[in-house]
Amino acid sequence: MSQYFDLTRRSFLKSSAAAGVLVLGTYFAGAAPRVMAGVLAKPSESAKTANLFVALRPDGIVEITCHRSEMGQQIRTALAQIVADEMEASWDKIVVIQGKGDLKYGDQNTDGSRSIRYNMQRLREMGASVRYLMRQAAATRWNVPIDSCSAQQHLVTHSSGKTLTYAELVNDALSITPPELDKILLKKRSEWRYINTAMEHIDLKDIVKGKAIFAADVLEPKALIAVIVRPPVVGGKVKRFDAKAAKAIKGVVDVIEIPAPKGAPLFQPKGGIAIVANNTWAAIQGRRALSVTWDDGKNGDYNSEAFKASLLATVSSPQSSVREIGDAATILAKASDKLVADYYAPHLAQAPMEPPCATAMYYKDRVDVWAATQNPQADMATVGAMVGLPKEKINVQVTMLGGGFGRKSKPDFSAEAAYLSMKTGQAIRVQWTREDDIQHSFYHAVSAQHIEASLDKNGAIEAYLHRTAFSPIASTFQEGATAPGSFELRLGFTDNPINTPNMKLENGEAPAKARIGWMRSVSNIFHAFAIQSFIAEAAHKAGRDQKDYLLETIGPARIVDVTEQNAQYDNYGADKATYPLDIGRLRHVIEKAADMSGWGRKLPKGRGLGIAAHRSFLTYVATVVEVEVSDSGELKIIKSWASIDAGTVVNTDTVINQVQGGSIYGMTAAISEGITFDKGRVQQSNFHDYRVPRMSDSPLEIEVEIIPSEAPPAGVGEPATPVYAPALCNAIFAACGKRIRQLPIGDQLKA
Amino acid sequence: MITFTVNGETREFSGDPTTPILWYLRDELQLTGSKFGCGMAQCGACTVHVNGVAQRSCVLPVSAVSGSKITTIEGLSKDGDHPVQQAWIEHKVPQCGYCQCGQMMQAASLLASNPTPSDEEIVQGMSGNICRCGTYPRIHKAIKSAAKTMAGVEYFIPETEGEKA
Repeated sequence: MSQYFDLTRRSFLKSSAAAGVLVLGTYFAGAAPRVMAGVLAKPSESAKTANLFVALRPDGIVEITCHRSEMGQQIRTALAQIVADEMEASWDKIVVIQGKGDLKYGDQNTDGSRSIRYNMQRLREMGASVRYLMRQAAATRWNVPIDSCSAQQHLVTHSSGKTLTYAELVNDALSITPPELDKILLKKRSEWRYINTAMEHIDLKDIVKGKAIFAADVLEPKALIAVIVRPPVVGGKVKRFDAKAAKAIKGVVDVIEIPAPKGAPLFQPKGGIAIVANNTWAAIQGRRALSVTWDDGKNGDYNSEAFKASLLATVSSPQSSVREIGDAATILAKASDKLVADYYAPHLAQAPMEPPCATAMYYKDRVDVWAATQNPQADMATVGAMVGLPKEKINVQVTMLGGGFGRKSKPDFSAEAAYLSMKTGQAIRVQWTREDDIQHSFYHAVSAQHIEASLDKNGAIEAYLHRTAFSPIASTFQEGATAPGSFELRLGFTDNPINTPNMKLENGEAPAKARIGWMRSVSNIFHAFAIQSFIAEAAHKAGRDQKDYLLETIGPARIVDVTEQNAQYDNYGADKATYPLDIGRLRHVIEKAADMSGWGRKLPKGRGLGIAAHRSFLTYVATVVEVEVSDSGELKIIKSWASIDAGTVVNTDTVINQVQGGSIYGMTAAISEGITFDKGRVQQSNFHDYRVPRMSDSPLEIEVEIIPSEAPPAGVGEPATPVYAPALCNAIFAACGKRIRQLPIGDQLKA
Repeated sequence: MITFTVNGETREFSGDPTTPILWYLRDELQLTGSKFGCGMAQCGACTVHVNGVAQRSCVLPVSAVSGSKITTIEGLSKDGDHPVQQAWIEHKVPQCGYCQCGQMMQAASLLASNPTPSDEEIVQGMSGNICRCGTYPRIHKAIKSAAKTMAGVEYFIPETEGEKA
């Protein structure tokens, strides 16, 4: 009966708490979303320790546990919408409780745009189980068949008209065996009242009043503040330091060295010297007064200009095959009139508005952590390793996140706080400054790509060769790794949508001389940039309209299985029958976005429209950007339009907000100066030299349309990001004839 | 001793006078609505009102606010119902929310000095505030909507309470 999950156990278990609270829990074994078993952990003692997905209290209040981190994607609201809808709960009786890090939840890693995909079905089933129990409890009380009892909005009504509230039925339900999953009747889509609506998100009013609690807003326990100076070069170590001047600052209470990491970076702290103070300003002042001499180690030679040249050299010669069909190499070797293009994009930093921050309190047998983390289970493991305790002894409370974008999946900051608490015996809050965030991130990879193609007499791509090289995320987990994991290549490279009889995709190795991590939509950013720019370049060469040519290049509506072309492809861990690569859906979003933008309309001089489309995280997005480029090369984005097919969506307004925001985030790749290194050191330090989009860069209107779909839910947080830079650069070309192949755009329009 | 008011209450400060007012508000008064984003007046997450005008509290030393009236998001309105806050709710502006208190303080200050800003004036007035979630189109719309609400309506301003009495 489940189209999303292969259920191995067919029922939920229930426990009756002493307090008479009806609780239902569900469990994923490991990270695999396919194994579901009914398991019940201890019910909640109070709201603060609740560890289950849903609890119906005798007063009728429904506690729904959100085990995913909230970072602006409104997952706390979406999970509640799903459960409350299926259980027919009144929305005003819903309380959402933030789940702490706990292996029993299964995957809690809130990245990869998969919270809804992993959880929608099981949460629907759980909500429906509660609704069933309410109906059964009423039927038993009234001694009538269950089919004569219906449940709506916290009320069970018998066909005779008599009613009982959910609150009145809690106690009865405790003695009822939960239904087998096969007996649970999920609502029809037409019966949904919360799912697929634009409900206001539950944290909105707290945010607007300044009451939302982010990591640095945790007031209990009262903590000392630590600010840390870290080795400027990855792999560097403290040679010597002088703490005298720092300790003389009023308010500074301690200066503590943090050991250098060993082996692969993982999420280990970089080491360095911590200034511990009784207020933040004293800690910052203390750090300024500290004098440290560093041993830079083997990455002290990292220079971005030289590295760029080496990446471009790598992609200029044959590399390992990733996917192949036909004989692109032979055709291209003979072709007299090829289109050849190299693309380059620099490192980027995620730069969430809230810099990393965590509080920890070390006890002999446990550590309590309060952190802005995307993955509390990673905090458990990382903190445990840092202080020598098993991960089960690390209690991680997840605060609201002031943005994450992948940075906060790497909890080095929590491990720093735990280590300092262990050394001082006091609660410690580690506050990263913006300089720390810009200079000590896990960076979006620097990349170079080479594409060449020959066109047939009709202008279609007859042979296509594409090489990519980038510092791999794999290096963060395996010391010295130079080859990406297949998961990195599947992000927009292996699943290239171009329909051609001759295609060769290759990957070249590249070392990592910085910590490499994932940033919203990951390597989709540079792969979509190259592919979607190149298709537009080919359209121009063929003398065709860009949108028409894009549709022709991806070919007719069909299902593509790239593994039939000598490729490894894991499809974001999803079953390819359920989530196929569907060119029809890609075509549809292109047609829709083009239509929304009035594609083909006459534009004044200096204006241009550009389009790009891409499937990522199992979702299809197309974006059209309209720009104006002045004679002197000033760029203004007038407006953009996006259409998204993410399958079934839970909160329509959140989807629109994520597509708008994801678009502007994608603009970062085009307009930021990027992160560059010299002598192993990051050359940028704050928002004055690491430029991120401001309102003056942004279009004031981003129109979004959600393609209505009954397909299973796919990703929403990331897929709008990769298309933005290529759509923008294609628009620039249309406006002024200047082709951008190297990001950022910088002064290229002024040349 | 430096004396000033925060959300209408008189405060005395005797610590390091170079301390940015942000850290006094957050660490001492536990008014955590004003956020730390950059520490160099680049992002606006820390924006508060000093005598009714938006200022970046992360670079404003306590010594500079002697005798001033400081308002934070917690004091912008009695019940979180300043027209700007209402407009933020109406347009569902926030995503993560971290920058939004600063955005609203900036917007309230902008509208206090220019009740009918043009599209371009809103862009100019708001471009010192960064939102990494990219809510700019909604912020822009919310400000226009708040401007309409505020036209001709008197609303609660802590800085001027008492002056009217």
